[in-house]
Amino acid sequence: MGLLLTDDEKMLQESAAGFFADKAPVSQLRTLRDERDATGYAQELWADMAEMGFTGVLVSEENGGFDMGFMAAGLIAEQMGRNLSASPFLSSSVLAVTALNAVGDEQAAKMLPEIVSGNMTVALAVDEGSKHNPDAIEMSASPSGNGFKLNGNKAMVVDGHMADQIVVAAQAADGLTLFVVPADAKGLDTQRTIMVDSRNAARMVFENVEVTGEQVLGEVGKGETILSAAFNAGRAILAAEMLGATSHVFEDTNEYLKERKQFGKIIGEFQALQHRLAHLYCEIELARTAVLSALTALDNNPKSAGSFVSMAKAKLGSVAKLAALEAVQLHGGMGMTDELDIGLYLKRIRVAQELFGDADFHMAQLTK
Amino acid sequence: MSDLDGFRKEIRVWLEENCPDEMRKPMNSETDACWGGRNWEFQSEDQKLWLERMVAKGWTAPSWPKEYGGAGLSRAEAKVLAQEMKKIGARAPLHSFGIWMLGPALLKFGSEEQKLRYLPEICRGEIRWCQGYSEPNAGSDLASLATKCEDFPDADGDHFLVNGSKVWTSYADQADWIFCLVRTDNTGKKHHGISFILFDMESEGVSTKPIKLISGRSPFCETFFEDVKVPKENLVGERDKGWSIAKYLLTHEREMIGDSGNLKPVAQMIAEMGIEPNAALQTKITELTIDEWAFAQTMSRMLAEAKAGASLGAKSSFLKYYGTELNKRRYEVMMDAAGYDGLEWESERSNDGQLARLWLRTKGNSIEGGTSEVQLNIIAKHILELPGA
Repeated sequence: MGLLLTDDEKMLQESAAGFFADKAPVSQLRTLRDERDATGYAQELWADMAEMGFTGVLVSEENGGFDMGFMAAGLIAEQMGRNLSASPFLSSSVLAVTALNAVGDEQAAKMLPEIVSGNMTVALAVDEGSKHNPDAIEMSASPSGNGFKLNGNKAMVVDGHMADQIVVAAQAADGLTLFVVPADAKGLDTQRTIMVDSRNAARMVFENVEVTGEQVLGEVGKGETILSAAFNAGRAILAAEMLGATSHVFEDTNEYLKERKQFGKIIGEFQALQHRLAHLYCEIELARTAVLSALTALDNNPKSAGSFVSMAKAKLGSVAKLAALEAVQLHGGMGMTDELDIGLYLKRIRVAQELFGDADFHMAQLTK
Repeated sequence: MSDLDGFRKEIRVWLEENCPDEMRKPMNSETDACWGGRNWEFQSEDQKLWLERMVAKGWTAPSWPKEYGGAGLSRAEAKVLAQEMKKIGARAPLHSFGIWMLGPALLKFGSEEQKLRYLPEICRGEIRWCQGYSEPNAGSDLASLATKCEDFPDADGDHFLVNGSKVWTSYADQADWIFCLVRTDNTGKKHHGISFILFDMESEGVSTKPIKLISGRSPFCETFFEDVKVPKENLVGERDKGWSIAKYLLTHEREMIGDSGNLKPVAQMIAEMGIEPNAALQTKITELTIDEWAFAQTMSRMLAEAKAGASLGAKSSFLKYYGTELNKRRYEVMMDAAGYDGLEWESERSNDGQLARLWLRTKGNSIEGGTSEVQLNIIAKHILELPGA
């Protein structure tokens, strides 16, 4: 039924758990933050992830990948969420790869193996305003010579400041079109924006950026289908990451309630706190199922998976938030300190909630 | 897998041929259900036929062993049967506390004689059971129950004497027999000294009084025992050690009460009412839709995770808590959607206040079988392993 992990999936889960706990624990994010690292992720981690095959989890074998599917990608992301591991996995290995898979042309065949090997990172530049809204793209692609000229602004381009290639969405006369633009293209100004979660995004200004017809990803005017596939993948994997972060703060808080003493008692003895945590446990059980169902739907029939993905992203949006807020409150004053990791999870969860549509966005999608 | 596919095909053909049309129509309420029992009057010929045919297949309790009236189906096969029945909208042929609650307890704790005596007639719908658990002073704190059970004061020594009362006994006024928690020893801790006994509701000294609820209906009774004589062979398990049976049975009850897997989604019910929600109501409906879906899927996942035939243990408290709270939310939103129409209590067009009565009925869901707060206590203690819980 897909809601139960197979033995292979359990093995992957275990090895990913060990890998990220070892190679990219929360302390790594702290160091990256405190040292104001220029890339915002550990280069050697990305190389190790390529070594492990994680970078190619969604890439077919003929393109050098491992074709393990969305459930596998979700299990990897869940462990990244538990450890707050920063890497270009979401932008390159999920969003970009899914867009390239949807196109499946020569250009895709050239780029995919590069992503798998860890040699190329790719960012997807779509949103322009302050909320996720792929229906409100204004960037223009006007005819210029044999190609196009791109003009407009992009916001919240995940990993946009360090990606080698940018897949950018713009309006051509024939409709929404995707273009592959090298990061160093003339007329492209990229500003790194360090976000509240210490991870990376970029604002981009395209001013008369010239692109050829060969840089069109797929066909002119067919961008929407590709984007929809990429975003559905991104949302489900993000939901899986949120599940990991949620599970971590929940378990951490559960342990804290067994240790901390006040009024001469272990605070976990207080029923007011027990009931809050027990309710959270129930919500997380639903959240877990929602993620598993969305990933299964993507593996079984990606074209009809949209509503499952939206339900999962919406559910995780509210449950992850609840978990983070309860974790801070139940940790008391300690929950407010930078010393404890809880705050880092609260921040990452806030970003992940917003990214690619918050609960409100996805509930609106569901009623369309 | 191919075996299961073949089984599915067989079932599909059989159901198509044997499930009467009348029994494929949705039930309006619990009162449309077939409860069976000594005094049961079938509401239609189709209801009778449907029960008889399912009984002959052993499909009123499909996963019970054949020698006890079941069909000996594996969990996977039983699930296929349930799926195929759902597909054609087939009603459960029999609603039965015997099947849902007593049966599983007897299968685990009963003697061979008890299994052979009670289970087949439960499967055939010939006996209707009620559950004697709560008492006026033992509600959420069930283990403090005080209904007294002592040796009958005569020379034979083969009978008990039972005195006390129960409350919230579902359909006690219509039941043939009761499975009942009684106190056989009050000298030790409260969980010790509880025994699990079975007796005939026609025994001398048993009386019932229906309790009228806010829904205007009376699914529950007060039940009184005055010098009731019960054969000792009707003791299930060991004397004084009935609490473990009681808890085991409660997990089944919780799964049953929490089970909203077959409920019609709220969005569909509201659409069928012909209501076009405004944006604020639509948000509430969508939130519920997500939770209905996630909860139903979670229930499937947990049942699949549990080893075949095993109880869910403390996870049944999750199902009970979340399922009943969800159902209350569902009816609040349906009442919001229905507006003035939902408030009609006595009228033909409201089917005598059907929605309002169901809305009121759901308020009991998070109380019966252990309140939501008790379920959260159980989760805190057994799953979160918090101290002192």
